[in-house]
Amino acid sequence: MDGLANTVQQVFNEPACGKNQGKGEKERKKGCTQALQPGAAAGGCAFDGAKIALAPITDVAHLVHGPIACEGNSWDNRGAKSSGPLLYRTGFTTDINETDVVFGGEKRLFRAIKEIFAKYDPPAVFVYQTCVTALIGDDIEALCKAASTRFGRPVIPVNAPGFVGSKNLGNKLAGEALLEYVIGTQEPEYTTPYDINIIGEYNLAGELWQVKPLLSELGIRILACLSGDARYREVASAHRARAAMMVCSKAMINVARKMEERYGIPFFEGSFYGVSDMSEALREIARLLIARGAPADLADRVEALVAREEARAWARLAAYRPRLAGKRVLLITGGVKSWSVVAALQEVGIEIVGTSVKKSTKEDKERIKKIMGEEAHMIEDMTPREMYRLLKDARADIMLSGGRSQFVALKAKVPWLDINQERHHAYAGYDGMVALVGEIDKALYNPIWGQVRRPAPWDTKVLP
Amino acid sequence: MTAPVPLCDRATAPATKACTVNPLKMSQPLGAALAFLGIAGSMPVFHGSQGCTAFGLVLFVRHFRESIPLQTTAMNEVTTILGGGENIEKALLNIHKRAQPAFIGIASTGLTETKGDDVAGDLRRIKAGHPELGMPIVYVSTPDYEGAFQDGWAKAVTAIVDSLVVPDATVKGQVAILPGCHVTPGDIAALRDIVTDFGLSPIFLPDLSGSLDGHVPGDFSPTSLGGATVGEIARIGASEMALAIGEQMRPAARALAEKAGVPARIFKSLTGLGPADDLFASLSALSGRPVPDKYRRERSQLVDAMLDAHFFFGGKRVAIGAEPDLLWAVGAWCKDMGCELAAAVTTTDSPVLAPLAADGVRLGDLEDLEAQAGGCDLLITHSHGRQAAQRLGIPFLRMGLPIFDRLGAAARVIVGYRGTRDLVFEVGNIFLANTHELRPDHDPLSDHHPPSFTAEA
Repeated sequence: MDGLANTVQQVFNEPACGKNQGKGEKERKKGCTQALQPGAAAGGCAFDGAKIALAPITDVAHLVHGPIACEGNSWDNRGAKSSGPLLYRTGFTTDINETDVVFGGEKRLFRAIKEIFAKYDPPAVFVYQTCVTALIGDDIEALCKAASTRFGRPVIPVNAPGFVGSKNLGNKLAGEALLEYVIGTQEPEYTTPYDINIIGEYNLAGELWQVKPLLSELGIRILACLSGDARYREVASAHRARAAMMVCSKAMINVARKMEERYGIPFFEGSFYGVSDMSEALREIARLLIARGAPADLADRVEALVAREEARAWARLAAYRPRLAGKRVLLITGGVKSWSVVAALQEVGIEIVGTSVKKSTKEDKERIKKIMGEEAHMIEDMTPREMYRLLKDARADIMLSGGRSQFVALKAKVPWLDINQERHHAYAGYDGMVALVGEIDKALYNPIWGQVRRPAPWDTKVLP
Repeated sequence: MTAPVPLCDRATAPATKACTVNPLKMSQPLGAALAFLGIAGSMPVFHGSQGCTAFGLVLFVRHFRESIPLQTTAMNEVTTILGGGENIEKALLNIHKRAQPAFIGIASTGLTETKGDDVAGDLRRIKAGHPELGMPIVYVSTPDYEGAFQDGWAKAVTAIVDSLVVPDATVKGQVAILPGCHVTPGDIAALRDIVTDFGLSPIFLPDLSGSLDGHVPGDFSPTSLGGATVGEIARIGASEMALAIGEQMRPAARALAEKAGVPARIFKSLTGLGPADDLFASLSALSGRPVPDKYRRERSQLVDAMLDAHFFFGGKRVAIGAEPDLLWAVGAWCKDMGCELAAAVTTTDSPVLAPLAADGVRLGDLEDLEAQAGGCDLLITHSHGRQAAQRLGIPFLRMGLPIFDRLGAAARVIVGYRGTRDLVFEVGNIFLANTHELRPDHDPLSDHHPPSFTAEA
């Protein structure tokens, strides 16, 4: 446990973290996870976060060492897409029983790894620690080392048992596992001056594929994506990239920074959501690559592509303007998305009646003010009851949020659109923003709203 | 009755595998939480890490397409080692302040069971110190590393009976109905109609038809939207009789008998002509009334459906992965329709499955089911079977929980004459749509079509 405690402390100290930069020594030591409130907590645990961050690696086996709850209650529930291997969607768990709890689960874990190599032949097995097996003292690091030696393939310990903290901490601990055991262990077949890593992008609903063709057109190669649609080999050879983009601001900042430190790979923080942000991301990628020796004409080619695609996107969005102008959106989401989609929505005349900033950094909030004006309605925390009231009083025409608050909107008979992890539509890149606006239009103009809001016949005065 | 031989699993047969692949099973606390959600104004709580709750919540939200009240004591590394009493106290006070529930159900998890928290003792201390916590608080021990979803549900209902039922003089015509976790909100609503039509007044415990049937309440509620009220549960002790649905409810029925002297009848299943006949005969005997004409007609319609459909069921090979009581209800019905149970995998041991021992029913996962289901005419399991069905290229019927990639899971009815008839049509249509037709390259001289019956049949 000491090793894990050190890693957690180190992750909390992350110097590149925007929130940390504003903190004193003492505050930093306390860590960045807010103390969870018993009886009022929401959200996943560290194990959940680690699994989210790594499960999109498609060709490896993800083995959860713990009781059935951790995998049995949660497997195959995310929309990370693969262009090839499907092994990542197979649920593997040691499903420990009471005997294991009493005598230790290491033997079962070792046998499980053996069975997986024998039956499924993956290039690597990722072993996830959980609360119970951590509590009984199963040493997965030592065991994975022994198993790697025995089976001649990498067996990667992911030491992020649920009770060490939040989902966000789990994301970072997963990143630590990649840095410690995976990245830098293999060499790419070849390299180009156009090789980049994308960090913190999970290819949910296939969003990576809305961006990849744009990069390909520019000759830019994604050497490794951490971890959407990734193969083990790509992640293992990620250290040869020339530049990196960090997509989800807080999830894997430790990976981006340490790769810069260890391998000299410069990175920037960007977003694929929103027309201007997409363009900005392409420009930044080009800038970093050129600084590292890529031909300077890359910048011109980016500008040409940006001009073409922006014009196309804005033209497509303009078609929605007459239908969406003046519609009021309540945006309940976290971090980057709280501002990155705002510009596109405003472009079609949509009014943002409020945006949540619970997970946002200081810079996020500055950007919101810049885009929406000083009087931007930033919501720190809104209870479901308040949300329901707001919607019921028709102070918004549609809510954009994660699945958790879906039914708050629907039960208030207000249109709702999923913009978080479980969504089925892809909203990245130029295409994605047009798709998002298209979905908003479909939701708002569905003819059911008039019907479902009509009172029942026995609630009108006509009936006796 | 002699004790049935336990089902074969990796604990009793060490040669089998160490790794569960594509789990069929879900954990006990989840079953307990669902039982608690069948109580009105309820807030279930997991005593564990907040992830335990988050996973359960997402699973139920996707299945029912409803908001799910489910809280956590948010244990971390330090509080786990020091003991969770303080977290339970904070959780209860917070929940009371924010949601004002009429009932709180606490289920332990693997984490807090490994530590060995004395939750019952903690609760006595907390209640003594906080008179504002006046609502009933029921605790159930449900370590994740034992049993399965169905066991958690059964234990929770037993705990509710033990703590809330009050013995009282029998009220004529009042019937307690104890549905297993496989009985959907739609099934419960159908049963309520049936029982009420005999002039009886049923109280369901738990009653998911009030909370998770999918309806639009007039206002926002942070707790369950309906279900059995605490008052109704107390009055269950005055029932003339208890009808338990599923073998899993035997302990709860026994608890009710011991506590309030209510005699019980266990229905292993309510799906199929025979099981439905048993139900209607029992209700008629209990109420002293003849079976209403409406149901006589429904029986006749079911018989007609069986006649029309049997052509398509005979000899079909079906693979089922389900918890014991659902496996029995669906598996036994499939056999009664002429199908062969080619593969049957379940999550936890149960005496109800003894009659299916010859069909090779075993404890296992979806990998085991997939290995045996090749060439079957139908795969029946929860939504996680979708990958296996696709790989095998065989028709797939989603049953059980979770069903997250189809609408209306809570509304499906498979009980009684009507429910069985609808199931006959649903499954019959799948067979009908996948009929194997003779092709011009058929070779009548080859011998690769073995007879569909076995020697003993």
